[in-house]
Amino acid sequence: MAETGESASRPISPHLSVYRPLINMVMSILHRITGIALYFGTLLLAAWLVAAAGGQAQFELVNAFFAHPFGKLVLFGYSWALLHHMLGGLRHFVWDTGRGFSIGQVNALSWFTIIGSVVLTLVLWMLGLTLRGEL
Amino acid sequence: MTSYRTPLARARGLGPARTGTDHFWKQRVTAAANVFLVSFAIYLIVRLAGADYPTVKSTLAQPQNAIPLLLLILSGVIHMRLGMQSIIEDYVHSDGYKVAALLLNTFFAVLIGFACAYAVLKLSFGA
Repeated sequence: MAETGESASRPISPHLSVYRPLINMVMSILHRITGIALYFGTLLLAAWLVAAAGGQAQFELVNAFFAHPFGKLVLFGYSWALLHHMLGGLRHFVWDTGRGFSIGQVNALSWFTIIGSVVLTLVLWMLGLTLRGEL
Repeated sequence: MTSYRTPLARARGLGPARTGTDHFWKQRVTAAANVFLVSFAIYLIVRLAGADYPTVKSTLAQPQNAIPLLLLILSGVIHMRLGMQSIIEDYVHSDGYKVAALLLNTFFAVLIGFACAYAVLKLSFGA
């Protein structure tokens, strides 16, 4: 360990950046990111409920934000994060029972999470917009 | 008082934080509850999207809507506080910042929980 000049080129402990992204790894990271988004997104729910309790003027102010295209985009993202985190949680429930750990099953469950969350979000918004007559 | 239990028996099952599987278990119980409560909330919010103020107010005041919402608020803030606690413990290593972050996490969860619960109760019981 005396040859200090070589220390820079010695391998260091591998971390996330050295791995080719795999679907279960990406889903694991997304589960945490959506969890963080949902955490701060509860401010939206709180704003909506407190405004509704506060009276018509406050309610209409908050509703105007949610009706604005930017507000709608935020809500769209929030609904996807919610559904994605929920499907990810169901995946963890499967794993909690000790099942679904073969590589094929892990990959299938991971793909199911991302495809399922996107499809569910689109269906939800199509339903919602159709009910409102906006689609 | 002398304990006759061996040190191993006292430590077994508790883990380094001395809380055992409490965190994991509460996280899973609230997760299971949230599956149903969040599904209900999505249904309720989609139904109320674009509705006028009197409709929203009277709908949220109905017990069959207010009670699941209150349950969601309780289960939701417990779940999110536990989740954020894990994230903080994973990434914040210096004791000072960690304690501060964990404290803020608790404050945020309690604030959101009480603000939402107050609003739902006011809609239910208020004039």
